[in-house]
Amino acid sequence: MTAMEAIEQLHARLSARFPDAAPTVVLNPGPAAQHSLLVPATQARAIAEFLRDDPELQLDTCSNVTGIDWPEREVTETVRRTVTEPPAADAPPGTAPAAKVVEEKVRRVVPGHLEVVYHLYSVARGHGPVILRLRTGDRGEKVALPSLTPVWRACEFQEREVFDLFGVVFTGHPDLRRLLMWDEFRNHPMRKDYVEPDDYEWEPTPHDRILAQARRHYPVPPTGSGEPAPR
Amino acid sequence: MNPAAQTPEPAPAPAAPAISDAERAELRRQGILLTSIEELYNWGRSNSVWPLQFGLACCAIEMIAASMARFDIARFGSEVFRPSPRQADLLIVSGTVTKKMAPQVVRLWNQMPEPKYCIAMGACAISGGPFKQGYNVLKGIDRYIPVDLYLPGCPPRPEALLHGLMELQAKIRTQPLTGPAAPAHLRPGADGGECVIPDFGPHDLEPPHDPARWQPPRLIRTE
Amino acid sequence: MNPAAPPSRAGASVRAVQDPFHGDLLEVSMGPHHPSTHGVFRMIATLDGERIVRLKPVFGYLHRNHEKLGESTSYLASMPYTDRLDYLNSMTNNWAYALAVEKLAGQAVPERAEHVRILLAELTRLLNHTCLAGFLLQDTGCSGTPLMYAFREREAILDLFEALSGSRMMCNFQRFGGCRVDPSPAWMEAVSALVGRYDRFLDEYEELITGNEILLARTQGVGVLPAALAINAGITGPMLRASGVNHDLRRVDGYGLYPRFPFRIPLGDHGDTYDRYMVRMLEMRESLGILRAVLRDLPGGPIIDPKAKLRGFRPKPGEAYGRIEGPKGEIGFYLVSDGGPNPYRYRVRPPSLINLTVLEDLCLGHTVADAVIILGSIDIVLGEVDR
Repeated sequence: MTAMEAIEQLHARLSARFPDAAPTVVLNPGPAAQHSLLVPATQARAIAEFLRDDPELQLDTCSNVTGIDWPEREVTETVRRTVTEPPAADAPPGTAPAAKVVEEKVRRVVPGHLEVVYHLYSVARGHGPVILRLRTGDRGEKVALPSLTPVWRACEFQEREVFDLFGVVFTGHPDLRRLLMWDEFRNHPMRKDYVEPDDYEWEPTPHDRILAQARRHYPVPPTGSGEPAPR
Repeated sequence: MNPAAQTPEPAPAPAAPAISDAERAELRRQGILLTSIEELYNWGRSNSVWPLQFGLACCAIEMIAASMARFDIARFGSEVFRPSPRQADLLIVSGTVTKKMAPQVVRLWNQMPEPKYCIAMGACAISGGPFKQGYNVLKGIDRYIPVDLYLPGCPPRPEALLHGLMELQAKIRTQPLTGPAAPAHLRPGADGGECVIPDFGPHDLEPPHDPARWQPPRLIRTE
Repeated sequence: MNPAAPPSRAGASVRAVQDPFHGDLLEVSMGPHHPSTHGVFRMIATLDGERIVRLKPVFGYLHRNHEKLGESTSYLASMPYTDRLDYLNSMTNNWAYALAVEKLAGQAVPERAEHVRILLAELTRLLNHTCLAGFLLQDTGCSGTPLMYAFREREAILDLFEALSGSRMMCNFQRFGGCRVDPSPAWMEAVSALVGRYDRFLDEYEELITGNEILLARTQGVGVLPAALAINAGITGPMLRASGVNHDLRRVDGYGLYPRFPFRIPLGDHGDTYDRYMVRMLEMRESLGILRAVLRDLPGGPIIDPKAKLRGFRPKPGEAYGRIEGPKGEIGFYLVSDGGPNPYRYRVRPPSLINLTVLEDLCLGHTVADAVIILGSIDIVLGEVDR
């Protein structure tokens, strides 16, 4: 059975079991072909318990939990549309409208969200991974997701880490505190738009980003300012 | 007549000329040990530098390796790794100092009694090393505490640590016991002073470095 | 007045004390500077007398932003950073990362490289378990001798790593599609010599330690981990197998060429600290068997796929999770590519951190001195716990 068939089968079973909140299949275009299931947050706990307790699946352990930050981004898509043009005025009557394919560039803003990815395996049956994805509403206010720690204890520290570094609030987590940064810290450093504290120090470096920082820190002095000759 | 006037005044005894190191070594070769308190004192303490048993990261493993049979740091009198800072002479900052760990390292340093020395072992302790671009990595422990010896490497080999220790011993041996360059515990009224322990702020440590000890290097760009 | 005992997490019995002469609970913070926490680990233990009734680990004192750095550098540039994750086992970290990237990019690996990878991974396993045995004995209070013995053998293995890769600890040896250097025949002979005499070292060590009455008294029945909890809590590696669960990724996933080399999987019966020690000692013997077989079967050929691209490496968009059986457990890398030169998301699945999930369950009802041994038998390295 290929990975594609396996995920289709699993998807069909889950859709039959949870008709109101059926997961969607997220295809992985890469050679790894590890496809995943996008699970609606409302039913995530029930689906997780089903996956754990189902005698055929028996996904009894959650190996890996991680967050991914998808900031708001603008994508330009090429959309092909078929446009029917009205017949020209001098065309003989009865001419069918000409169909024409038009390519248009559409700019679309994809709203940002945070994503939490769970890699499930079965120790008892030795198969996996089944990958679950949960998405938050946005990156600011609606960042709550149900915690899967009551289903798999393995998520306990990893969900705390996702809370710490990405800012996803897991409802139902027994002990949701920062894991790695100190408690007074007020930011989520693994987000893509995190601004690091400016404790810059000059270093010889090939990194463009660091060199740009160096330019900000050490501006060119105005000519004739009496500064000593540069080294 | 005053008899005293007749007897010539005894010539003042010539001041004992300072013995050079070469002469002293020559005397030693003849079996005569001449030394000064300073030399004896420094000889003693340079050969019994007790490090703090304190490992931070990868370098700590090489520090342990240096204390094991193959490299045997005991040959240099430093095998007594003390678990308590109160009994230690040497702080080997062996590994990456993160911002979360920095206050504790400074506190350990403050708890050590004078005279005390600090080796920044490895690239991370010197400058942040490979992790310098990290948001939680302190870019060098010398932002908060005075460092006597920088030991580059990632991690430095145990031999490098032994070399660093020997360099530190050489430094201790030449330290005068009087005058302004004496160690702080021998200068009345001049205690070494406590280093500033940073607080956890909402974004960074506060202060991000001790301005009295460290300033960012001043560079001038020409382009 | 005595605060109510906190609810137990794993069913370990915590007596609610009603005795008016009973003292208050005492909160002890161990670490981050503590000689027996294996680095800058900190745990806050609440004690009732000498017994632990609650234990909260505190992490982050070695959080070096591994994942953020991995997202801001190219795929290849992250390879040396993986050395510094679990700094005792750089070779297996390298392999796990290379495996994940090879999955992501669909990269093939030549046979000789697969053999060399197994060789290095099993040497690393020897190295790790030897060091663990030394440190565990150190934690029981047997200061010096066992650790000296362990480090003697570690130096012998490190000499091999240094001769091959140029560095003792930070080997940076694997590449996507193979290995960096082709080992010479002289190096192979040195490995054979080491493998040939390692059994003797293990015999000597076990004679010294394994039957020792003090070790038995300190470790048997201490920190028992039930199999169901171990699976649910994501415990992997020797710690899971000590609880009697037959789960070894070398067998389950059959990555690399492991299916070609037969080996037995040692399992524990009780899941206590002693079993965790014994499983590792037995695993070393199996590793020696694998090493002998690899040395015998080593084929010729290229050490790295000639089509492998190292510079300007841009895998197609997609994601992959690759995992191997590291000496401490399942070490995995989860990579998301957006087609650029850097990974969009770079995640390490740290076995040390996840194995610590059950630390509180193991320590409840035991003394602080036992907690130190239990922590030693979990086998953590802080570079990997905090990353």
